[in-house]
Amino acid sequence: MFYRESGDFKKTYQDDSQTFPIKFDRRRYYVVMAIAFLVLPMFMTDYFANAMMIPFLVWAIAALGLNILVGYCGQLSLGTGGFMAVGAYATYKLMTSFPGMDMFSVVLLSGFVTALVGMIFGLPSLRIKGFYLAVATLAAQFFLVWLLNKVPWFYNYSASGQITAPERSIFGIIITGPHASPITGYLFCLILAVGLAWVARNLTRGRLGRSWMAIRDMDIAAEIIGVNPLMAKLSAFAVSSFFVGVAGSLFFSVYLGAAEVTEAFSINVSFAVLFMVIIGGLGSIFGSFVGAAFMVLMPVLLKNILVGGFGWPTDLAAHLEFIIVGALIVIFLIVEPHGLAQMARVLKEKLRLWPFPH
Amino acid sequence: MKIKQLATVALTTLAVSAPVAADLVFPSLSYRTGPYAAGGTPVADGYADYFTLLNQRDGGIGGVMTSVPECETGYNTAKGVECYESTKGDGALVYMPLSTGITYQLIPKVTADDIPLVTTGYGRTSAANGAVFSHVFNFPANYWAGASRIINSIMDEAGGDISGKNIALVYHNSGYGKEPIPTLKALAEKHNFNLTLIPVDHPGQEQKSQWLQIRRERPDNIIMYGWGVMNQVALQEAANIRYPMDQMYGIWWSVTENDKLEGMGSHGYKGATFHNVGTDYPIFSDLQKYVVDAGLAAGDGSNVGTVLYNRGLYGAMLAAEAAKTAQAMFGVKDITSGQMRDAFEALDITAEVMAAAGMPNFGPAFKVSCANHGGPGLAGIQQWDGKAQEWKLIGDFEAPDMDVIAPLIKADSEAYAKENNITPRDC
Repeated sequence: MFYRESGDFKKTYQDDSQTFPIKFDRRRYYVVMAIAFLVLPMFMTDYFANAMMIPFLVWAIAALGLNILVGYCGQLSLGTGGFMAVGAYATYKLMTSFPGMDMFSVVLLSGFVTALVGMIFGLPSLRIKGFYLAVATLAAQFFLVWLLNKVPWFYNYSASGQITAPERSIFGIIITGPHASPITGYLFCLILAVGLAWVARNLTRGRLGRSWMAIRDMDIAAEIIGVNPLMAKLSAFAVSSFFVGVAGSLFFSVYLGAAEVTEAFSINVSFAVLFMVIIGGLGSIFGSFVGAAFMVLMPVLLKNILVGGFGWPTDLAAHLEFIIVGALIVIFLIVEPHGLAQMARVLKEKLRLWPFPH
Repeated sequence: MKIKQLATVALTTLAVSAPVAADLVFPSLSYRTGPYAAGGTPVADGYADYFTLLNQRDGGIGGVMTSVPECETGYNTAKGVECYESTKGDGALVYMPLSTGITYQLIPKVTADDIPLVTTGYGRTSAANGAVFSHVFNFPANYWAGASRIINSIMDEAGGDISGKNIALVYHNSGYGKEPIPTLKALAEKHNFNLTLIPVDHPGQEQKSQWLQIRRERPDNIIMYGWGVMNQVALQEAANIRYPMDQMYGIWWSVTENDKLEGMGSHGYKGATFHNVGTDYPIFSDLQKYVVDAGLAAGDGSNVGTVLYNRGLYGAMLAAEAAKTAQAMFGVKDITSGQMRDAFEALDITAEVMAAAGMPNFGPAFKVSCANHGGPGLAGIQQWDGKAQEWKLIGDFEAPDMDVIAPLIKADSEAYAKENNITPRDC
């Protein structure tokens, strides 16, 4: 009934190798896109856009970036917070140095700056692996945050070291700053998230993605069959950092509007993104989105039910939030160690046979 | 059956829990969890209890009941934004986020949404320039005034001359802790003392290396801008290296009942304050009668009368007085946030107003104007008495060195205006 393949003939190789080969899947994807781009903006409240959808999209981009590095290339990284900070501060410097620049250029350029920084910190990955690499990237996290906090040039010598996003626009539509409508902020993030997910999907099934996966599965074997580990690992670090940099840039400019490096991009951020990737599913584009949704939307939802719905004290609700989200993470990982994306895959397999499994 | 019932109950609660309209809404962005909960809880309690008192005793403000919806931020800026977005739609009149980080985030947002933001004794110091920061108020005193007052106090003790002295600033390595640095640098130049900057990273539990440096350099005085657990740890470390407590000064967020050592351990530790201490005010008997005894106290009711509780009370009093001013100015009972802003700009806290609120001489008398959103910046000095286990006011409310602070405020606010394309208002 669902995901029915019979009668869905492919006549060209292109058709056969498309992302959603099953017609039902493809249509579902178009429906989701239509809802995201056309329906949601019509019915969205400011709160829904600002406090739920924008952070969800931003974290999804960050999770996508880390998923490329950890899930596809197998290089464990704990430097996500530091790289997001680089993206945010690059955005701030670009916004204040070139007031005429449009936001797309600012965000993408910040991504490139972060990619460069990410490549430098990816160099140790040629020599060290696994947990040792995690420790090396942890050093990147602490070093970058320290640097951005220490050198006043990065925050334009402001008294408190805070950076504030000025008002910037694209084609006259305000994207950042207090006068920006949350809907435009949402659409801006959505365009970038969908575009980057499309890029990630196509990178991962192309030559580059295959070389990453070869390195992940067995680096010596990959080297023997002709994969250049230097290129593969550094490109994974560059692409991953680009995504993470874009996420940091949006996190600062569209979502928060002002940031302080020690608070907004602390080690907790690195862990949160890693959890998103693990809960969502390593090596899955869809998993990055589900993982981000779980980690971002669940606490807000719980808060609204416990405080807004039941009228419980806020401190009790905050503690319960931690307990419930923590317990859910453990339960999910016990039930399905490969993440929510694997759950969706299993469900899909079941649905393909439903209602006649035998 | 049981599950069905539960679901029905849950759904009905969700449906009816929409906020009651026509209240005067004072949202409280509090933090009762996380590493700064010890500081956040008493302030939130004081803020909520004052409005409960007004509701119970006077029937609200000008006959309109007040409500204080609370939202937990955990001192986290992202959660603070979420809280702001979730409460601003309910007719919020004023925000007091009790976090410098969240304040920085909210400054552009409240200006666009036409809601006043009041940061008593914290936040962005240069917001005192009302021409640039139209919706932000940081009376009655700010971090720079506090720093200057502490330096003045050190000068008084040294007989007016502190040239060549070594003064160390131990600060929370965040926007909050960094705030006083420009002022202290300017003052160091003016009075010829040497300033050493010693940052402590969030949350401040680990300070061994910082105090090793202090032990080596032995500064003549230490100024501390700490918050939460950082304060206690610093005091303990100071005691460990036998640093004389009376040469240590804290800003008002570092001198609370939480910030002490057992017995005589921190006897003599001093700090700046912008309001009075203790429970020797008529309002506390009313609080006992209408709020605590009636079982309506916020939290567990154990914080009444502490320094931070008083600070929450004081903030609530200022907000309530502004609401009264707005009602009088515009002749309406259900005021809007825009009218509230105008009222804050016309706020005149005199000795009579404070006495009428049951808090005579609780803070300095001050008047806000369009150009000056910061008040006079009067600050006093309090000292911990280890024998009596309480804070005592030892230095009067005095004005800071405005010759140094005023140009700094002007420069910083103008830089902000330029960066964000704000044309300063004519004041």
